[in-house]
Amino acid sequence: MATVIVRIPTPLRPFAAGRAELEAEGATAAEVLACLGQIYPDMLARVLDADGAPRAFVNIFVGRDRLRDKAALAAPLPPASVISIVPAVAGGHDGRQRSPAG
Amino acid sequence: MNPDLRGMASLASAVGHTPLLELSAGLGLAAPARLFAKLESVNPGASIKDRPVLRMLQAGVAAGCLNGGRRLLDSSSGNAGVSYAMFGAALGVPVSIVVPGNASAERLARIAAHGAELILTDPQEGYDYALLTARRLAEEFPERYWYCNQYANAENWRAHYAGTGAEIVQQLAVQGLSADCFVAGVGTGGTLTGAGRRLREANPRLAIVAAIPDAFPGIDGLKPLGASGDIVPDILDAGLIGERVAITAEDALAMCRRLARLGLFVGPSAGAYVHVALQIARRGDVRTIVTVLSDAGERYLSLGIWPLP
Repeated sequence: MATVIVRIPTPLRPFAAGRAELEAEGATAAEVLACLGQIYPDMLARVLDADGAPRAFVNIFVGRDRLRDKAALAAPLPPASVISIVPAVAGGHDGRQRSPAG
Repeated sequence: MNPDLRGMASLASAVGHTPLLELSAGLGLAAPARLFAKLESVNPGASIKDRPVLRMLQAGVAAGCLNGGRRLLDSSSGNAGVSYAMFGAALGVPVSIVVPGNASAERLARIAAHGAELILTDPQEGYDYALLTARRLAEEFPERYWYCNQYANAENWRAHYAGTGAEIVQQLAVQGLSADCFVAGVGTGGTLTGAGRRLREANPRLAIVAAIPDAFPGIDGLKPLGASGDIVPDILDAGLIGERVAITAEDALAMCRRLARLGLFVGPSAGAYVHVALQIARRGDVRTIVTVLSDAGERYLSLGIWPLP
């Protein structure tokens, strides 16, 4: 089973031990995410809903292809895949950085 | 040639004076509680951001900050960027906006349509990275840019004090009402601080409630402001906030869809505010609740949150 890199966006990193990238094994994106969810359940709960589909405003990409639903998450991953989790919205910085003139 | 505010006077006159809609009946809210919301999508830039951006620009131009061909620079998650680009085009001022690459396609397209320069940052790095990129550019090229900095520019909250807040006071007064609860969120903190201060002047017992989203995926333009010790935007008067109510993206979206069925097509932050306002209203301890509908749903079509049948 292939090891897959998963890129974690900044606001999700507090739920993934602060890591920008994680590695997990799986033949599909769903398997990879489920594997990570065993270690980082709070992270997975923010990415997938209770049914295993991407939550509202969460985009999951394999390369440049967006996995829009549960069926896409269950498709076999191409070799050397990199999964990226990206919020579908921008804005709302988390306050840990002082605003510029501060 | 230096910018002249007369170049955008006509456009500026179209900002503000937005309708105050009553949502009580549509949302099944029983008397004596009543819920009102400002319809900010009727601004020329189609969002509430026209108000602070206009005032910040007017002050900047009057102070000569954009003389000599300096470019207007700021970071934005999209709506402020549209306003900067629109007014910049009217003024003939070059504009550069630093935007995370995951801002909605609708907003990116409109910013570009007005001729502004889009500097896109890696969505993976979050909004902070866009903000820090704008700051770095301002520090490295002070002769090239005037950094408007909506997070620290006092004209931001003043626009909501003199505009949004004052309008609500007047619009309720003609109905014999005054607000006793104001629900908003915190992006830059301008709306909550400015309108909150003005509304509290009108009613010192006004409750101010902040809608606080999850840290991830969040709600467009709203800060989580979660853990104690988080540093907040410079212009936010956090002391105004009497209560923080958590809101999920799903709750906000569900309210957007409900409002759409009532004829109001609003964006996710507006859905969040109305969801929280309705919660507060149902407690029964406040009568007149006001909030803002910051922008329109059209700005988020590309996100797929209103799927085709």
